[in-house]
Amino acid sequence: MVFGGIDIGASATKAALVDDSGKLLGSAVLRSGVDFTASAAQGMDQALAQAGLDAGQVEGIFACGYGRKNAAMAQETRTEIACHAAGAYYHFPQALTVVDIGGQDNKIIKLNAQGLRTSFKMNRKCAAGTGAFLEEMALRLDLPLESLNGLAQEATEEATLGAYCTVFTATEVLSKIRDGVKVQALVKGLFRSVVKRVMEMDIFEGAVVMTGGVAAHNPYLAEMLSLELGRQVLLPPRPQLNGAWGAAILARDFRARQLASE
Amino acid sequence: MSEKTPPIQATKMMKKLMADHFLALDRAAAEGSPKVAWCTSVGPAELLIAMGFEVYYPENHGAMLGASRMATDTIPVANALGYSPEICSYLTADVGAFLKGITPLTRAYGIKGVPKPDVLVFNTNQCRDVQDWFEWYGRHFDVPAIGVRTHRGVGEVRDYMVADVAQQIQDLIPTLEKVSGNKFDIDRLREVVGLSKQCTEQWRGVLEYGARVPAQLNFFDHTIHMAPAVVLRGRPEAIEYYDTLLAELVEREKMGYSAVPGERMRLYWDGMPVWGRLRMLSELMTELKAAIVCSTYCNSWIFGAFDANDPFESMARAYTELFIVRDEAYKEAYMKEHIERYGCQGVIFHDAKTCPNNSNSRYGLPQRFAEVHGVPSLVINGDLNDLRCFSDEQAKTNLEAFVEQIEEAAA
Repeated sequence: MVFGGIDIGASATKAALVDDSGKLLGSAVLRSGVDFTASAAQGMDQALAQAGLDAGQVEGIFACGYGRKNAAMAQETRTEIACHAAGAYYHFPQALTVVDIGGQDNKIIKLNAQGLRTSFKMNRKCAAGTGAFLEEMALRLDLPLESLNGLAQEATEEATLGAYCTVFTATEVLSKIRDGVKVQALVKGLFRSVVKRVMEMDIFEGAVVMTGGVAAHNPYLAEMLSLELGRQVLLPPRPQLNGAWGAAILARDFRARQLASE
Repeated sequence: MSEKTPPIQATKMMKKLMADHFLALDRAAAEGSPKVAWCTSVGPAELLIAMGFEVYYPENHGAMLGASRMATDTIPVANALGYSPEICSYLTADVGAFLKGITPLTRAYGIKGVPKPDVLVFNTNQCRDVQDWFEWYGRHFDVPAIGVRTHRGVGEVRDYMVADVAQQIQDLIPTLEKVSGNKFDIDRLREVVGLSKQCTEQWRGVLEYGARVPAQLNFFDHTIHMAPAVVLRGRPEAIEYYDTLLAELVEREKMGYSAVPGERMRLYWDGMPVWGRLRMLSELMTELKAAIVCSTYCNSWIFGAFDANDPFESMARAYTELFIVRDEAYKEAYMKEHIERYGCQGVIFHDAKTCPNNSNSRYGLPQRFAEVHGVPSLVINGDLNDLRCFSDEQAKTNLEAFVEQIEEAAA
């Protein structure tokens, strides 16, 4: 049987198709744009095409993310918190702290050894430490977003950026530019800021897994977080797809429960 | 169990009582008699009523500004005046509305403006902001702003605290006699304190319908039906109202009604309501079949210590033993007792940006509830009135995820 998950996030829509075992059969990542219903349909079509499947072969689809109610093809919705938890636990079945850095918000989700959520936290109504923060800073520095990871990795020094607020950080960055600080050091300082904001949110317990688009495009963030925590931060095979993958796993489990009760 | 819950009929009576209350205030302000006193919601209202004042509660007006979402337009006016967006958004919404010359009373009751005060009487048991708020109006109208400075962070309520507050209440009398032109009458005060006691005991009875399974009323209902306990306590009308409501609740329970049809989860709310989003939150929780059955906020108008035989000391005790005045250990024990008694499976803490005194998630209480008592918590960031501090989407995701988490654990 085939199951689908669709994660309509603030920045990107992700679609995943899995088989009974949870193995990925097809996927897609595209901009969410302004029409969530259309992007969800397009994402699922692309994933189906990649997997060589027809929509009729999919047993059930779950949707998550800000646009979850807009996914017309979804049988049920779950929060992205549930889906990121399910995705992370599928790859790392143990007690976990899941760190999801998304375009608009960060989440810290704690799971026990059975994969049940024991708590979660979202960032406050503030862009600090989110993907939006890095996007804004890339714009200020006139850098392509995809160049940030490489620049941070190349850095031999690190600029200290103390402010919490995105606007204040931008001001700090401008003053560092004026002082001749290298761009690599600035970007590493920005990454440090993201890591600090995440670490302020909760106490990290058990194995730590990083998910979401920001981790997918900036794996150096996971390395920096590993150093701060003193233990290896795990990355699932497709961090950005983790929510959609988890949604598909939840659709699979839901169907299994239905069959068991029939 | 019925899947359809008809509206509560007593609400019509409450609407009339509230209209009468505001129209009486409007008339008094226009005619200059009786004199008008402004009072904090948990202030010495009984003394003011006993001395013949019509009593107006600016916090109630602040909540109306929030619920009507007029606050969104009025808060920035006070911000521009130098009243920070970080301070009480009742204060900023109210002062801003006054400066803009608008009030929700116009649409609700056809009243042009808030009633001009002859005296302003605060009690800092809520916060320091109420004093600053009342002093602004005191300067504007050139009328006395007097009040009671309550002890804060109180563990055990000690006799010296009660004696101090009781003396402060008595010290208000000379000014109140001068402004009202009426002589203080201890027997009248005893009578009013007795009425207040009766009202708050009835309000306790109403709140306890939340403890029924399924709950007969939830937090969102409480925020509506608390109005008489806030603004009409000390008056017979409030008692009549709660008599009517309680009688109706008895019948509703017999009919098998419930606040949230199909209730499958029970939660506790700590902190201020998000006045401008009550409907959205209520609909969301109903959709999730999760009933918020008890709250710190609505419980705050139960004054068990009132005693007509000892009006000053009992008022002092009642207004000091409030949750908001107490230390963390008391708050933890209080909430634990209510969570157990009401059968709550989790706590929603509302961390209101501009109301630190009524936000109890800032000193590790949610974590202690999880670790020590095994009760999961959710913290929602928002505000009582300033919707610039509230994200609908974040709140919805948080609440849905919290309900999922509790269900998952129970499965």
